[in-house]
Amino acid sequence: MSSFDVVVIGSGPGGYIAAIRCAQLGMKTALIEKYDSLGGTCLNVGCIPSKALLDSSEHFHHARHNFETHGIELTDLKLNFKQMMQRKTEVVEQSSGGVSFLMKKNKIEVFHGLGSFVDAHTVQVKPAKGKAQQLQAKHVIIATGSKPSALPFIEQDKKRIITSTEALSLSEVPKHLILIGGGVVGLELGSVYARLGAKVSVVEYMDSIISNMDRELGRELTKVLKKEGIEFFTRHEVTGAAVKGKTVTVNAKDKAGKAVSFKGDYCLVAVGRNPYTQGLMLDKAGISVDEKGKIPVNEKLQTGVDHIYAIGDVVRGPMLAHKAEEEGVVVAETIAGQQPHINYLLIPGVVYTWPEVAAVGHTEEQLKEQGIAFKKGKFPFRASGRARASMDLDGFIKVLAAKDTDEILGVHMIGPRAADMIAEAVTAMEYRATAEDIARMSHAHPTYSEAMKEACLAATGNRALNF
Amino acid sequence: MLEMKVPTVGESITEVTVSQWMVEEGDLVEMDDVLCELESDKATFELVAEQAGKVHLMAAEGDDVAVGAVICTIDTSVEVAAGDKAETKLPEAAKKAPQEEQKEPVVKTAPPSEPTSHAAGHPSPAAAKMMQEHQLSPQQIKGTGKGGRITKQDVLEALNAGVAPQQIIAGSRQFSRVERREKMSRLRRTIANHLLKAKNQTAMLTTFNEVDMSAILAIRKQYKETFREKHGVNLGFMSFFTRACCVALQENPAVNAIIDGEEVIYHEFCDISIAVSTPRGLVVPVIRNAESLSMAQLEAAVKELAVKGRDNQLSLEEMEGGTFTISNGGVFGSLMSTPILNAPQSAILGMHKIEERPIAVNGQVVIKPMMYVALSYDHQVIDGKESVTFLVRVKELLEDPAGLLLGADPVEMLLEL
Repeated sequence: MSSFDVVVIGSGPGGYIAAIRCAQLGMKTALIEKYDSLGGTCLNVGCIPSKALLDSSEHFHHARHNFETHGIELTDLKLNFKQMMQRKTEVVEQSSGGVSFLMKKNKIEVFHGLGSFVDAHTVQVKPAKGKAQQLQAKHVIIATGSKPSALPFIEQDKKRIITSTEALSLSEVPKHLILIGGGVVGLELGSVYARLGAKVSVVEYMDSIISNMDRELGRELTKVLKKEGIEFFTRHEVTGAAVKGKTVTVNAKDKAGKAVSFKGDYCLVAVGRNPYTQGLMLDKAGISVDEKGKIPVNEKLQTGVDHIYAIGDVVRGPMLAHKAEEEGVVVAETIAGQQPHINYLLIPGVVYTWPEVAAVGHTEEQLKEQGIAFKKGKFPFRASGRARASMDLDGFIKVLAAKDTDEILGVHMIGPRAADMIAEAVTAMEYRATAEDIARMSHAHPTYSEAMKEACLAATGNRALNF
Repeated sequence: MLEMKVPTVGESITEVTVSQWMVEEGDLVEMDDVLCELESDKATFELVAEQAGKVHLMAAEGDDVAVGAVICTIDTSVEVAAGDKAETKLPEAAKKAPQEEQKEPVVKTAPPSEPTSHAAGHPSPAAAKMMQEHQLSPQQIKGTGKGGRITKQDVLEALNAGVAPQQIIAGSRQFSRVERREKMSRLRRTIANHLLKAKNQTAMLTTFNEVDMSAILAIRKQYKETFREKHGVNLGFMSFFTRACCVALQENPAVNAIIDGEEVIYHEFCDISIAVSTPRGLVVPVIRNAESLSMAQLEAAVKELAVKGRDNQLSLEEMEGGTFTISNGGVFGSLMSTPILNAPQSAILGMHKIEERPIAVNGQVVIKPMMYVALSYDHQVIDGKESVTFLVRVKELLEDPAGLLLGADPVEMLLEL
């Protein structure tokens, strides 16, 4: 039996990053992956392929709607959906290949097969074909991630009623895509198909889309996406869905309780994700999951069994790749005897629609609820020279700062490249910077990031310069 | 809007320290609620709300505030309903913070050298990790970043300078190099200034003698029970020493005198300062006209002052003045010491522990319960002859307590001359 200092189960961004950090710290490390390609949901059926399609569809959208304004005339603009999907597959393959390379480079032994506990120190790997083998582990890191949630009253045939996984590999552009759930995953994929010409209807139970983010972001995003032709039905409770031939009918109750129905050719169920621990045989290691299926961990991400850790989507906190990565590093360093720490408040949330949505820290609603006195500075992109040049006039940056100290408490942005720009806010908040601190730092002109400076000026004392 | 000002607490007090807030910013208070605890040079006292309303704090814990300065305001337009008081609209987080600070006043009072900001002592992510691993707290590191933030380099430098973990982890090395920085309390600062002044502004020296305590021990042994039954206090050593000193002081007035500029003030009374160790530090309350008090009255006075000192109940009046001081280091086991003057007084008697020692009596070695006594005095007013005479006289009176019973001159006392 091979024995390892650390056995990591799951090769998603949490798992493979944990494995690399363990190897860097001199530990003999094994990585177990059930699927053939490494990288988990993120690389294979999540962040990366969706971004590939978002970028492709955005180009198409620009070509169709904006090129003319730029003075570029196209005749015979045509969508080659197959090629678009092909490119996406190549991106995924390259990324996954990159992870394999990193495993080799760091001398991490990769085992393909279903990992499961035999006992607290033994993990079995059962490949699809061939014999199972057992690995002896001083430490185990569970990084098995999550799967899309299903609604109990809707049967997903994975052809017409699909999850995000299938939505990334459709063979055609839907004519009418009905989206159940106005969260991040649904809106990103809905955007892809809306840009490619599909009619998209979003049916959302809450009164707003991206309802866990600052309310103003949801409002602004609704406004922009409506312009792209996406229809929103908020406060609609889906009651069922059925497939008949090529038609999907989704039944719902509207806010008045009246029954309504939507007919389309595809229905994407994007109502969140569930932690995935199936087949792990956690009980053999002495670990049980909570009522939500998550593995309980302490602040060092230790399970009830000291030498077994769990990270990413299988534990509490937002299901985000970058959160899992941070946790992977923390666990590796903790095993090595170091004492790293994660400030969960400062893990940014991002939505890759266009305009992008990104946020970090407290929302306005949270601050009000907690009774914290705050100031608000908002700068709209329509006042940004850079945004005018690129025709990205939608959105804004909103900075919330403590009334007494001016310390930045939350930054909420919707606009071009917001996902990249949120990093500045994270840095500022890690150092507990004040709005005026950022306002006094030079931001290159003309850039989108100037909007951050202007919003901070506005928060400091209502003295934005360009608005 | 009612302004709460620091009240006048004593003639010589111009400034006090806010030692603890009992209310938080925005709290609703009722009239006579305690707002804060203030500490003066000599005593601690509470400030109470003069009216009901919403409090706005204008000084932080550890701040020095002048007498008469506004320390907080009370918005009397806010109505305080019964039961409303505890429930304020402060957020949980904001509520917690000041409480934690109360537990660790060190955090609050450690004066950062940089201008303070809300982020003073806030470590960068890399610095935070390093601090965690070396068990360092922000108080142990000088933050050189903007607004007093702690940079990675700050932690490295602290480690190079040998700053050691705050707590010892179980199983690690069982010795510690912990150092703690605390702001000196106002009382401690006063004591420090006082003592340094005494040392620097006097020509201080010490004369020693030793006392055979056999007689006093015999009296105590014989009359202990009776004395307690009669007077309700224990017969200790302080009454004997105080009385002996009063007699010797009246015979040697220079020892009971005080220099005032180019003049010397002689006292016909003996106000004896008794050094009392309290949780807050050393205080020296005064027994007035000690020469006029009986043994039982002296014991009662000493006991009262000691109890008040222990409970922080001593008033300023009780600590002001005094013409001579008695300090008993013997209770802690001191064999011999040179006490330091309690300025502006000119002399202080140091008592020490009683120890059985072989001594020569009439050519024979005998074992006696002996105590060294020390008299530190200011040579500016007191000559060697007087100081030694004083101490010898104290020794004689203690070894033969009969002299104590009558005082300086029985005839004079009798005739009230």
